[in-house]
Amino acid sequence: MDISFVIEKFILVVILFGLSLVIAMYSTYAERKVAAFLQDRLGPDRAGPAGMFQPLADGLKMFMKEEIIPTDSNKWLFMVGPGLAMLTACIGTAVIPWGSPINVGGRIIPLQVTDINVGVLYIFGVVSLSVYGVMIGGWASNNKYSLLSAIRAASQNISYEVAMGLSIIALLLVTNTLSLKEIVENQHGWHWNVLYQPLGFILFIVCAFAETNRAPFDLPECETELIGGYHTEYSSMKLGFYLFAEYINMFVSSAVMSTLYFGGYNYPGMDWVLIYTGPVIAPLIGTAVLFAKIFAFIFFFMWVRWTIPRFRYDQLMHLGWKILMPLAIANVIITGLVIAIVEKF
Amino acid sequence: MGASVFYLVAFLSIFFALMVIFAKNPVHSVLYLIVTFFTFTVHYILLNAQFLAVVNFIVYMGAIMVLFLFVLMLLNLNKENEPLKSGLVKILGIVAGCCLVVTLVGSLKATAISNPLVLQNADLGLVKNLGKELFGPFMLPFELSSILLLTAMVGAVLLTKKEKV
Repeated sequence: MDISFVIEKFILVVILFGLSLVIAMYSTYAERKVAAFLQDRLGPDRAGPAGMFQPLADGLKMFMKEEIIPTDSNKWLFMVGPGLAMLTACIGTAVIPWGSPINVGGRIIPLQVTDINVGVLYIFGVVSLSVYGVMIGGWASNNKYSLLSAIRAASQNISYEVAMGLSIIALLLVTNTLSLKEIVENQHGWHWNVLYQPLGFILFIVCAFAETNRAPFDLPECETELIGGYHTEYSSMKLGFYLFAEYINMFVSSAVMSTLYFGGYNYPGMDWVLIYTGPVIAPLIGTAVLFAKIFAFIFFFMWVRWTIPRFRYDQLMHLGWKILMPLAIANVIITGLVIAIVEKF
Repeated sequence: MGASVFYLVAFLSIFFALMVIFAKNPVHSVLYLIVTFFTFTVHYILLNAQFLAVVNFIVYMGAIMVLFLFVLMLLNLNKENEPLKSGLVKILGIVAGCCLVVTLVGSLKATAISNPLVLQNADLGLVKNLGKELFGPFMLPFELSSILLLTAMVGAVLLTKKEKV
């Protein structure tokens, strides 16, 4: 393991971490602006031009607020909760290929922190782990509302993981690999997986909404029933971490959906661009395209939040177990049958 | 380097496994158990069994332990409402524990004599090779275990529907 490899990866990790935080920060601003647009309002417009410095002001406010730890809470776990939520939100970016490898003077630099051959499962594992932050924080608060919210989060997460896993299995039947890098490379030239797996994609995006606790699946933070949900007792930056983690989760799941179903950094006319702009610029254009796809998904997340009302809890369970899961199983069977028939003839 | 990492992780596994038993609060026990499972995942990675590592991560840490935590949070057990164990139960526990120790020591002595197992193919744990093994020579046991799981699933669904049948 040479030192340049370590430096290369270190720089990439730092950039990704910083980028996740900045995107999450400006997602809060975008959310308020999108909400304002959808409700025919102006939204934040005081801090800086068009309210551009609003996230900075909000962040500063979060840091300056008084830190309150409830007396009867479990102090250690109360502090671990938000940290865990942030950790599980951030580690998902490690396996996503952010662009095709850059060729700088003969040295090939992959724009991916690590290409493990079980990349899809790694993402799935991180998703399944993300509920611990909410559960531990909700339980440690020693508040009935927080506890109810933690339990809701756990059961929702488990229920939608099943349908999500099954929709990924159908995708893997098409791609024949678990490595995210190979999945993206296979989609080169309009072979986007969404064209082969439309039902799988719809199932996946619905589950992604549920796993990131976004509306209409934000039952764990349902204000009308549970005050603030699992973060009722939290104040200051600990609350900030929980809210932040939600936006980072949204960013990571948008990146995963773009990678798995919408070709990642592939775009039409890619080979032509590569010939005319050289091996450094072309991959960066690919990265820009990937980010355009990610931002489109983030906008979709917000659009849905301000359009569709929240589900009732029994409706949520009904949708997860009785509609999404049978559909996902049918999708696996149909995909398998079609592949078997195509290979036969 | 590999050996020292192994000893560190092995120490952590045993340490957190002991913490599971010694923790007074059941929720803390479960959290220690989650950390123990995480160290198992690291063990699998050290053995280059990436698939097994990530499956252990998803199934044990991500699913089963969430359910454990879920149940314990619902029950809300604590020291005050824990039933007192009688003396007889404690004595029985000591006897059972001693039996377990004797069995473990016996089996450990047996492994010390046998030759160390050498892995012929270091990449056996990667998905492709594991899949070929499972759907090749081990086809029948693999399918049987899937039937076993399906049976358990049907049984669980049936139990919840008891009153309606």
